[in-house]
Amino acid sequence: MANYKDYMLFEKLPHTWCAGCGHGIILQAIADAFAMQGLDKHDIALVSGIGCFGRVDDYLDINCMHVTHGRALPAATGIALANPELHVLVTMGDGDGATIGGNHLIHCARRNINLTAVIANNYNYGQTGGQYSGTTPAGSITATSPYGHVEPGFDICKLAEAAGAPFVARTTPYNPMQIRNLIKRGMQTRGFALIEVMDTCPTHYGRLNKFGDAGPMLEKLNNMTVPVEKASSMSGEELEGRIVTGVLTDRPREDYYTRYKRIIDRLSTEKGSVPSA
Amino acid sequence: MAMAKKFNISINTKNCKQCGICSYLCPKEVLEQKVGGYPEAVRPEACIGCRLCEMRCPDFAIGVEVVQE
Amino acid sequence: MRGEKRFIEGNIAIVEGAIAAGARFYAGYPISPSSEIAEYSARLLPRVGGLYIQMEDEISSMAALLGASVAGKKAYTATSGPGVSLMQENLGLGIMSEIPAVIIDVQRSGPSTGAATKPAQGDLMQARWGAHGDHSIIALSPASVQECFDLTVCAFNLAEKYRTPVYLLADETIGHLRETVTIRELEPDEIVSRKQPAEDVGPEDFRPYRYDGIMPEAMPPFGSDRYLSRTTGSTHDEKGEFRPVPENIHRVTHYLTDKIEKNAEDICMTKGWYLDDAETAFITWGCATRSALGAMEQLRARGEKVGMLQLQTVWPMPEKEIRSVLSSVKTVVVPELNLGQAAGEIRKFNDYGCKVVQANRVDGILISPEQIIRVWKEAEQHGEL
Repeated sequence: MANYKDYMLFEKLPHTWCAGCGHGIILQAIADAFAMQGLDKHDIALVSGIGCFGRVDDYLDINCMHVTHGRALPAATGIALANPELHVLVTMGDGDGATIGGNHLIHCARRNINLTAVIANNYNYGQTGGQYSGTTPAGSITATSPYGHVEPGFDICKLAEAAGAPFVARTTPYNPMQIRNLIKRGMQTRGFALIEVMDTCPTHYGRLNKFGDAGPMLEKLNNMTVPVEKASSMSGEELEGRIVTGVLTDRPREDYYTRYKRIIDRLSTEKGSVPSA
Repeated sequence: MAMAKKFNISINTKNCKQCGICSYLCPKEVLEQKVGGYPEAVRPEACIGCRLCEMRCPDFAIGVEVVQE
Repeated sequence: MRGEKRFIEGNIAIVEGAIAAGARFYAGYPISPSSEIAEYSARLLPRVGGLYIQMEDEISSMAALLGASVAGKKAYTATSGPGVSLMQENLGLGIMSEIPAVIIDVQRSGPSTGAATKPAQGDLMQARWGAHGDHSIIALSPASVQECFDLTVCAFNLAEKYRTPVYLLADETIGHLRETVTIRELEPDEIVSRKQPAEDVGPEDFRPYRYDGIMPEAMPPFGSDRYLSRTTGSTHDEKGEFRPVPENIHRVTHYLTDKIEKNAEDICMTKGWYLDDAETAFITWGCATRSALGAMEQLRARGEKVGMLQLQTVWPMPEKEIRSVLSSVKTVVVPELNLGQAAGEIRKFNDYGCKVVQANRVDGILISPEQIIRVWKEAEQHGEL
């Protein structure tokens, strides 16, 4: 059986991330999700953006395209359409995925491009020093909201759901087995799949908002979670401030390429060649 | 009767950043760690092989190996 | 060679050129005066097994182009100045990552929305310097509908050969101009295909980048069953791994410029008229070429020794050909639908005391041959300008 290390550039460790950062837990889960499926490395393409989590590709021994901040999803759209046989994985942070790249996220979900987006949401821009992002909760202290954040944050999963994503799920690094299983299910969904991992940044967000060290921060994060099965019987009031985890949406629908390919196939059987301009 | 399993826990000090996640969250308190130190498997006999330490280690620095008795 | 004569506009000829060159992926966002390229691509591409996708903006369009190219498709987009502004971010990514792609800029008046969508040639410097950081760029510019076809093919070939994004700087006049052109299927040797690693390069030995010369490494597509590959917009080494150390930053920056500037002779294309006996020359590019041709013919009919150099390649500037003109004529007139963007570049090469004057127009109307003649006459009458 394949080992997750087979998909990694293991000799490049130790990695760039801070002590206790959840990104490494997600990296291992991504590599292990490949191993669990026994994928051929050549059949996987990973697109990453900019930010701490954008460095994921540095440690993976697969096809990797490291792009600009926020543009991982449109670049991955090009790959997924140009070679529909590839398993396309897109790794982003909350800045990449839901802030500078927020528009790309909703359009990618709407188009139903066949790829799996993994968003590590640690509520802040870690790489630039912990400024607030589009998911930072109201009231939070960050480097640029020193008196408490006045904006509410996006619920990334609801955003993707509303935009039409066929598979949406959420988990935390406290539950590494669930990350693996959800990424695997996302990759096995033909179409747009989103897995949001509520991540920990003990260096910036955790420290400023009194989450404590890495271990206690993971524990506190876990205490905030509610499995989706349980959440369905809870009131909106009870769910206030809680993180609903598990598979939130699973409603397969035909992906963009499949629909477009039908047009290509139809035209290839049609008589007559070039349409007049 | 099923044989009891034993586990060997290894720490890779090259990769470990001493974040404390493994020792803090070990369900059987197998690991102990002082601030500024690496985790140590002080109660390996209590290990149930759940591998949560390995999977939760952000730094690929801890491994759990089955040693059949 | 199979070909057909068609009476079509420049924008359509560009799409025909792209398809003939092997392009099979388009990502873009509609903008006048380029939209016919998107519309016709949407009609034609699925008929040849290709894909058209309309993205949410020009930023994502450029990103999708690069993604499709990395997966092995020849990819293109069409836009105008406001869209080019948005594409700069991922144009830089394409340059640093060395990803072939073709960007068709059908220029219009600016800045911003400007006098939408009157013709202009104001994007010359944006094309050269729009992306931040030191780099070089290839840009071609058609002056006829036939050149829309021919230079689009060249743009794709240069993109593949030099593994870089290439501009086609058309403009509203040429894009919407109708002429009779020959659209033809290309011979295999007229098409540059994506360079693949040599047979004897094993998967372990393959490196996606090279910096030991002025030509790029081969580029197997993502999904190759033999090679894994890697592209990045971060300063990287041969493996495509982030390597921001001084000596590496130095060599990568020099390489990205050298691979174009030091291959200028191969990249630069020009057309000349009467340069053997010319005492005055018009140096032109794009739509202004047509006005200058009219001026040249009128002056020649009057016995004036006027010649012309058309820059089909505008980046890198055809320095050798421009120097040859500057060193052999007394006066050079540079007509442009901008305030002198090419003229300034031409002056950089003027080590010969040649009088370089400008005929500019930025009111959304084409330069007339009479304006060019007037500028020439003034230059002849007054000494230094």
